[in-house]
Amino acid sequence: MSTKESTSRTLLVALAVSLVSSVFVAGAAVSLKPVQIENRQLDKQRSILSIAGLGQGDLSSREVKDLFASRIQARVVDLETGEYTDAHDPAVFDPLKAARDPKLSDALAGEEDIALIKRRERYTTVYMVEQDGKLESLILPVRGYGLWSTLHGFVAVKGDLNTVVGLGFYQHAETPGLGGEVDNPNWKALWPGKQLFDEQGKPVIRIVKGGVDPASPGARHQVDALAGATLTSNGVDRLIQFWLGEQGFGPYLAKLRSKGV
Amino acid sequence: MAKPTVKEVLFNPVFANNPIGLQILGICSALAVTSNLQTALVMSLALTLVTGFSNLFISMIRNQIPSSIRMIVQMVIIASLVIVVDQILKAYAYGLSKQLSVFVGLIITNCIVMGRAEAFAMQNPPILSFWDGIGNGLGYSVVLLTLGVIRELFGAGKLFGVEIIALAKDGGWYVPNGLLLLPPSAFFLIGLLIWALRTWRREQVEQPAFRMAPQVVEKEAY
Repeated sequence: MSTKESTSRTLLVALAVSLVSSVFVAGAAVSLKPVQIENRQLDKQRSILSIAGLGQGDLSSREVKDLFASRIQARVVDLETGEYTDAHDPAVFDPLKAARDPKLSDALAGEEDIALIKRRERYTTVYMVEQDGKLESLILPVRGYGLWSTLHGFVAVKGDLNTVVGLGFYQHAETPGLGGEVDNPNWKALWPGKQLFDEQGKPVIRIVKGGVDPASPGARHQVDALAGATLTSNGVDRLIQFWLGEQGFGPYLAKLRSKGV
Repeated sequence: MAKPTVKEVLFNPVFANNPIGLQILGICSALAVTSNLQTALVMSLALTLVTGFSNLFISMIRNQIPSSIRMIVQMVIIASLVIVVDQILKAYAYGLSKQLSVFVGLIITNCIVMGRAEAFAMQNPPILSFWDGIGNGLGYSVVLLTLGVIRELFGAGKLFGVEIIALAKDGGWYVPNGLLLLPPSAFFLIGLLIWALRTWRREQVEQPAFRMAPQVVEKEAY
């Protein structure tokens, strides 16, 4: 046995290798962070644009930025009162961070928390597309737990606050090929035109198994579930229920309706 | 054993000793990322760089690594390199890194990287090891790109997302084979590639490990 195999030498080599590797990895992670954050921001803007039906196909990052700046208006909403607030700047306010901050969020009790998000932020950012001073579409952030992960996405509705323009998720970690099919354009294409609410303003949109019969009277409130992904489909169903309900954008949407936009 | 030259270690793995074709390593990622050429190319590049540099660094400290922890030291070095590659992809090719998702991270467990570190870099000097890693990465890349071309061209009528064959549904003549976009097709294609390779180079054909004994009883089994 050479000295190379001694215990102290082994520990020394292990320590040195871990130290050098961790400095290397941490250095790369820290130095690349700003670019990554910008990318994530851009990806989110791209998904907002595509869900609102404004930018289809491959837009360059320049085009995304320009289109977003010219067409989309962001406002921060107080979810409790349903009013807009100027306490937070929509350009920098991060609702997800707020949801982790006890001062800016509320814990949800078991039966309220159907989307399994544990805490709901008090303020969140909504996005609007306006045409000649009239609301053309409203884009609401939604999130909730699927099978493996929290799905983060947006649902866009028309100016009537009822008809879906689009739905999509920009971040999730569901099984590729099964739950991951929430990204499938064919499935997302089932959403536009569906109606979210009934006459009383209750969220009635549902994800149903076994296909939607277009002749049935409820068809405009129903979307076909994903094959082989029951739990992800249930998760999407519940997160839509949650965010359209009283705990979510209910008060805000009621205010908007009464103002007659 | 004669000392291997740079040229040998660089080009032998491409056809003569292909990591996928002869050693049947790294199949999992070859199934997953080859449904289009772009992800196949990025994956090939990432794996080639990781194999090259992990071989280089491991070979540099090979005389210092105690044999009792050599595997874990190799793992640490490989894992660090893979994380850095993943971070770079996230920073400069966000869309692609989203498509490749977990598969970049899984380079850590790719047998090719680990295999070359253990089999070559532990016994050879750094520069030679580096080229050996690059060479094996090339061997992997050749197979991945071949699969990528076949699968994307005949599965979607495109290459790098640009339409090459007009599809029937857009008024063209070609009805794409959807099976090629699914992972099992890569299995069939790899099988066919290995068959072709071994027909071309007979010396790669393995001796049968055993032979079935002939039927000795004339009656059929009841």
